[in-house]
Amino acid sequence: MNAILTVAWKEFRDDFRNRWTVALTALFALLALGIAWFGGAAAGRIGFTSFDATLASLTTLGAFVIPLIGLLIAYDTIVGERDDGTLLLMLSYPLARGQLVGGKFLGHCAALAAATLAGFTLAVAIMQVMQPSAQTLAAWLYIGRFILSASLLGASFVGLACLISVLTTSKSRAAGLALIGWLASVVLFDLALLALLVVSGGNPIERAVYPYLLLLNPVDVFRLVNLAALGNGAGNELLTGMTAGHAYPAALLYGALLAWAALPFAWAALAFRSKEV
Amino acid sequence: MSHAIEFEGLTKRYGMLTALDSVSASIPRGQVIGLLGHNGAGKSTLIKLVLGLVAPSGGRLEVLGHDPWRAPALRRAIGYLPENAAFYPNLTGRELLDYLAKLKRAQRSQVQALLERVGLADAAKRRIGTYSKGMRQRLGLAQALLGEPELLLLDEPTTGLDPQASRELYRIVGELRADGRGVVISSHLLAELEPHIDGALILRQGRLLAAGSLAELGEQASLPARVLLRPYEYAVRELLERLANHKLSAQPRPDGRLELELPRAAKLRALRALVDDPAIADLDVHEPTLTQLYDWLGASPDRPPEERA
Repeated sequence: MNAILTVAWKEFRDDFRNRWTVALTALFALLALGIAWFGGAAAGRIGFTSFDATLASLTTLGAFVIPLIGLLIAYDTIVGERDDGTLLLMLSYPLARGQLVGGKFLGHCAALAAATLAGFTLAVAIMQVMQPSAQTLAAWLYIGRFILSASLLGASFVGLACLISVLTTSKSRAAGLALIGWLASVVLFDLALLALLVVSGGNPIERAVYPYLLLLNPVDVFRLVNLAALGNGAGNELLTGMTAGHAYPAALLYGALLAWAALPFAWAALAFRSKEV
Repeated sequence: MSHAIEFEGLTKRYGMLTALDSVSASIPRGQVIGLLGHNGAGKSTLIKLVLGLVAPSGGRLEVLGHDPWRAPALRRAIGYLPENAAFYPNLTGRELLDYLAKLKRAQRSQVQALLERVGLADAAKRRIGTYSKGMRQRLGLAQALLGEPELLLLDEPTTGLDPQASRELYRIVGELRADGRGVVISSHLLAELEPHIDGALILRQGRLLAAGSLAELGEQASLPARVLLRPYEYAVRELLERLANHKLSAQPRPDGRLELELPRAAKLRALRALVDDPAIADLDVHEPTLTQLYDWLGASPDRPPEERA
């Protein structure tokens, strides 16, 4: 465990040193504030409207941005060390391979979670100072749930990035695969489900299965966690159409997110054990 | 446990490629051993096996009394300097050593002492990205010495070092030998390596060509000694005649000296005669070098063993 924490701390510091953490904090804070103030611009309103509307927009945007950041921050975690010639040195230390991947995974997850926490907390604090109507406990609960689920969503894509990094043989290939992974989970998965929905028509058995198919994509689970809490009207229509008002227990959704954070990483650790160096 | 490394029938295959083919040898503690062979001879594979980074395909391997593949904790007792050592450019030299010391559970107090030992104390707070190749190599040596390892594996350790730094490296290697630690040095620089090693392990295309102390290898090769004579100018003709009578043929050199080869069996008798010869003002005896041994064994890729004399 000590070795995992040592590697994790080094990765966390590296992300901080490379200004990843600061840049992401600023990005998240700016996104949140931008959406809060300009989210209603299309309807001709500028200024803070409501937390529901802000969070719904943030969820939609987060579902695009956070997976991409998770992949970007970690796609070269192992293959980069191999390319740079440091992997052999690291493996010559009394460190199990699972500990090396585990430490890197934890470190990147912690950096991403720290940026999410700092960025969005800062944004909510600013909103509450500028807008007295936003000074509610509910606002903090919403954003707390959002930060937790966003961190777990980030962790699942950091895990996926670790897996890609272990299985590929060059940084450029890993970057390409990471982009394909992002596209598949953020865009193609939902499109495929929609196509299936259209083709199958109103088959009741299949309609009963769809809500659970959404759990196969962490991005959709993240949307479900946040949009389900907001009630009707605030969620996006695609999701509402898919779920058909299905009620998900919170434990199921968080369990699915946790599984998504753990499984790709576990696969990465296993694959790395048998990898020739 | 008198051997640092011991292996028997050690084989490593990567798919269809046999990187090491049933190799047997042992490396005693307290000795410095040269691991020699051209690229692709199997040196790196042997080092990876010793570090427990790859599993053997066959045979037995013991490092400090343990199977390295099954006992990864053994790596605490091994120091390794990879060829063309690369480190994290964003870290400073001290930060890297602090990090690696934690991983090796070595005392942090060693870090400063090691930085001073390899002459990097002044650059300890600089980012590694700004280091020269020689400085990176010295940092590599420092990290290999973390935790006072019982066995040191140095892969091309003097690459990028200036002559003074190379001497310093070999001085440290000498101290480790005196401490009873085993040191394996993989290198192509045979002439530079020769004075600092006790023995050699020579590989060619995954097979062991020879292993043993330099004296044993010399005996095995039975290469002639080379003698350089400086004759008095007025006596050159007589000297050549006398040498011819002893069935020794001397080749004149541009510097006026004569060069002749003495077969091992006849060396001592011939040398006695030469020392007493009044036509000779001075003489130097050159034993076969590691490079000559290496060539004789056919380790050079351009000279396969079946062609040797």
